Amino acid sequence: MSEASNSPLMKTPLHAMHTRLGARMAEFGGYDMPIQYADGIMAEHNWTRTEAGLFDVSHMGPSFLALPQLGGKTSEERDEAHRKVSALVEKLVPSDIAGLAPGKVQLTVLLNEDGGIIDDLMIGRPPREDQQGGLYIVVNAGTKENDFALIAKAAAGEAELHRADDRALIAIQGPKAEDVIAGIFPEAVALTFMTFKQIKDTPYGNVVATRCGYTGEDGFEILVPAEHGEAFANRLLEDHRVKPIGLGARDSLRLEAGLCLYGHDLDTGKTPVMASLNWMISKPRRERGDFPGAQKILGQIKDGVASKRVGIRPLGRAPAREGTEVQSVDGQTIGVVTSGGFGPTVNGPVAQGYVQTAFAKAGTPLKLIVRGKALDAEVATLPFVPARYKR
Amino acid sequence: MTTYYTNEHEWISVDGDVGTVGITKFAAEKLGDVVFVELPDAGKQVKKEADMAVVESVKAASDVYAPVTGEVVESNSAIVDEPAKVNDDPEGAGWFVKIKLADKGQLSGLMDKAAYDAFCATQ
Repeated sequence: MSEASNSPLMKTPLHAMHTRLGARMAEFGGYDMPIQYADGIMAEHNWTRTEAGLFDVSHMGPSFLALPQLGGKTSEERDEAHRKVSALVEKLVPSDIAGLAPGKVQLTVLLNEDGGIIDDLMIGRPPREDQQGGLYIVVNAGTKENDFALIAKAAAGEAELHRADDRALIAIQGPKAEDVIAGIFPEAVALTFMTFKQIKDTPYGNVVATRCGYTGEDGFEILVPAEHGEAFANRLLEDHRVKPIGLGARDSLRLEAGLCLYGHDLDTGKTPVMASLNWMISKPRRERGDFPGAQKILGQIKDGVASKRVGIRPLGRAPAREGTEVQSVDGQTIGVVTSGGFGPTVNGPVAQGYVQTAFAKAGTPLKLIVRGKALDAEVATLPFVPARYKR
Repeated sequence: MTTYYTNEHEWISVDGDVGTVGITKFAAEKLGDVVFVELPDAGKQVKKEADMAVVESVKAASDVYAPVTGEVVESNSAIVDEPAKVNDDPEGAGWFVKIKLADKGQLSGLMDKAAYDAFCATQ
């Protein structure tokens, strides 16, 4: 990280709003962020599963990568522009960015030369003809300086990376999210899961709406100019179906949804195969073997890995936190918990971690060493709570 | 019956030579929703300022320390079965254990209500 550890925390455009709403604030990814509001994590989690939750995710790193000339006169020219900009980022990721349909967003990973995961990120191909040759890229907060430097370097001389992390990025998640958004941006309702579009000249300026999220629920992430961030958030909060949700509930929601948190479930010591993210490694990329660490990763797909990421369900009531040792029933150390806590919707403890592949099958009994005691657990199928994405 | 407080946010309410112990309202609010409690069994010897119980919220686990040395004579199974009781009534129905005090002299080192409130204001 470029910031010294004693540098003041950064603030999102919604910082004053969080304070006004009585949020309990703490550092996350270099930002002063709301952990919870007055209702508390449990109520906020449950509200998101039944109504609609507003999340400030402005600490993340949205950006646009663009060729000097966007669009093209013919569809061939436009497709060529997309292929050209995709080739720049495909030097860093194992997914088929060139093969994305217009308007489609892909979750993928930045890889180092050893196939280790530098970050997880979202890459989108704009739907509009006049924006072909551009990509919408969103990286994580704590890793964004390094990620942006890597992407800019990969694109040097060919395309320019425009950071948009000074804007407000607001997620609205939950079964009522669509109805809430319908009253504000009717054009966004036609989006399906993992698609996005720009919506111009709204009361909140030009916005980018993506149908995605990190809770397992249907919802949207809306990128709005910083000066409109608070007005947009206030508009959402005027709706009785919407409540503000902090990072505490965001974590329990994503854990139940079986999603990874970078720096915990993913790091440079893990490849996408170890992380059970093989689906990110697209077929054309496997055939070409032209991504960082391809030899190692393709070998792992063929021959398997020593250990891999799985869901872990403690069978008692005690949560198993990050760092908890995982043992086989005969007491051999076989892995470690990388994320763990209490799942309010599951109404019990949930975790994920890495275990030796021989123990990775769903239903395999495990022991978790919590405060010196071996507690019963088993390998669980992810997600813990079925996803409700709008396909 | 007199209630004393520790700087680790436990309370102990003493009646004769038995003290009822729990965590304060201040601590319960800081923790957030309690989802798991682990208590020592009756008969267990506990030592002043040593770990005695565990309380876990959605986001973190915390140790609860014994405010005095003594023997656990009863633990509150109601909060094990229903951890939310700790948030609902931390200084009443959400009590943790009853301890038979080994040395009532240890109570003089604890805070009274006024001192504890002043201490919380600095936290």
